[in-house]
Amino acid sequence: MAATATGIYHRSYRSELALRHTQAEYARLTLAAAVVVAVPFVATPYWQTVANQIGIAVVGAIGLNILTGYTGQISLGQGGFLAVGAYTSAILVERLGAPTLVGVVAAILMTAAVGAFFGLPALRLKGLYLAIATLASQFIILYAVRNWEFVTGGVQALVVGTPTLFGFELNTDFRWYWVILACAAAATVAGTNLFRTGLGRAFMAIRDQDIAAEAVGVNTVTYKVLAFAVSSGFVGLAGALTAHWTTIVTWERFTLDVSILYLAMIIVGGLGSVSGSIYGAVFMIVVPAWITQVAQDLRGQLSFLARELPAIQLGVFGLIIILFLIFEPRGLARIWHRMKDYVRLWPFRY
Amino acid sequence: MLASPHQQGAQHGCRRAVITRAYRHDLNGSHLEPGAPQLEVDRVSLTFGGVRALDDVSLDVVQGEIHAIIGPNGAGKTSLLNCISGLYRPDGGRIILHGGDADHSLARARPSRIARWGVARSFQNIELFRHLSVLDNLLLGRHVHMRHRLLPSLWYWGSARRQEIAQRDLVEEVIDLLEIQAHRHKPVGSLAYGIQKRVELGRALAMQPAVLLLDEPMAGMNVEEKEDMARYVLDVNELAGVTVVLIEHDMEVVMDISRRVSVLDFGLLIASGPPDAVRQDEKVLEAYLGQEHTA
Repeated sequence: MAATATGIYHRSYRSELALRHTQAEYARLTLAAAVVVAVPFVATPYWQTVANQIGIAVVGAIGLNILTGYTGQISLGQGGFLAVGAYTSAILVERLGAPTLVGVVAAILMTAAVGAFFGLPALRLKGLYLAIATLASQFIILYAVRNWEFVTGGVQALVVGTPTLFGFELNTDFRWYWVILACAAAATVAGTNLFRTGLGRAFMAIRDQDIAAEAVGVNTVTYKVLAFAVSSGFVGLAGALTAHWTTIVTWERFTLDVSILYLAMIIVGGLGSVSGSIYGAVFMIVVPAWITQVAQDLRGQLSFLARELPAIQLGVFGLIIILFLIFEPRGLARIWHRMKDYVRLWPFRY
Repeated sequence: MLASPHQQGAQHGCRRAVITRAYRHDLNGSHLEPGAPQLEVDRVSLTFGGVRALDDVSLDVVQGEIHAIIGPNGAGKTSLLNCISGLYRPDGGRIILHGGDADHSLARARPSRIARWGVARSFQNIELFRHLSVLDNLLLGRHVHMRHRLLPSLWYWGSARRQEIAQRDLVEEVIDLLEIQAHRHKPVGSLAYGIQKRVELGRALAMQPAVLLLDEPMAGMNVEEKEDMARYVLDVNELAGVTVVLIEHDMEVVMDISRRVSVLDFGLLIASGPPDAVRQDEKVLEAYLGQEHTA
């Protein structure tokens, strides 16, 4: 419990269960909201695109954190699940003429179902073995996408039209920003709420001690499958958003790199923390984008930098993950926590 | 499960004439009268390869009593508890939990199902949810009494929020009973061993069990902590009326607090009865207590 919670007295359980208690907390929330709203008005087109990527990554990272951070079931199938979401929605909308909203909802449900199916090995496997099993799901799904040509279009890109929402054609990054922001906000609220209630607690119980969880009456079979389904539902939403925002769906967007990128997000941000998922998503999208930007600015002087850009990005990436695992395994969320405590207690140490 | 204080007093008869605290919740999940058979272990056997961990063990646990299971190391005590709570599947025999309306056969059921029927347990090596707070651990004890629906949980709507608050009431009563108020919001992994043991007892108690299985609740404690724990176990039994099955190595504690003692040795039940009778049983002296006397 943070030091910021001292000196607060509650008169009902309901007030104690509220997410925010102090004015400082409300002030911070307002500030964050103001920044998020201001972003599209000040960002250059390049950073506007990055902001949209971040929003989608937030949804996906919260999804993965529900499964890996909170339920303790490691998953390397994230890319595959994103593909399921993207292709489901794209195919329904483009091939069958369904409304975009229907396509997106169907994508959520479909990915949840596929996730639950590929979660079945979790009933028998743990840790590294489960990682390998979910890795298999990644490859199986992408194999299906590439080879089930008459449905997915195979290795060729599937082009999706720009959707219309409330009379607005979503044809600019600026307009998309608000849609993606709304989804990211909804995912954040849903993720936070989930772990305030008994359902989320059961997930965490499985992570911490699955035998004891079973002994207090948590049916670990049902709940593990449910965790896979809920997590994949979020990921399906992220996939569907990617499909409609980029308007081009190709299997190359959902390779194993993506799965690892998302794992890196939640490790850097903080396992088992919704806010950590957000910090991690921002960090892991902004850092490569920033490296790209710097490399492009320096293209004149240091051309080798631009040439080696992918290698540099991968290197920085690996370094960041290693540094976090060594120095702050609980991620940015924990660092933020400590900063708040430091400011609150200053000038005292504790 | 709500019962007013005087109802509670009446329900448990004269033995509980000196109730010192007013309970708003009945922590005893059994619908049987005190003295009725609650749990029936009937000719249960369990083998691991060539080892017979349990050999035709039969015993009856009576509602409202503390029933101790003792025996030397490796006698099969924990195996028996694991069979009752469903972590092991016995090779033969029946385990019946008597309920108000229906009897449940525990021998081949899932542990989570058995928990739902009202068997709660603690573990020899503490098995708490170490990253969760004391409060969350105890609320997990309420898991079977809650409805978990996805959409209300995601939006923290109506029923999801209402039951969080409602369950908190009972959990607070358990916190009161076990005197762990100061630790409510702390992650259990950071607590002292003795407190963790108490939280684990609390988590089991929060389930409102019909039978509470305690696997060495006093192991690794000093004399004072043992006395405290013994008092909590007695409180749980006498004030809350919960039936307790207890594995314990400390003979003094066992003889002091239990109504009935069953002795296991190499998987065989060699004696069962009131503490005084068991204490003088020759087989027991030979197998177990005798060694202690000569030592």
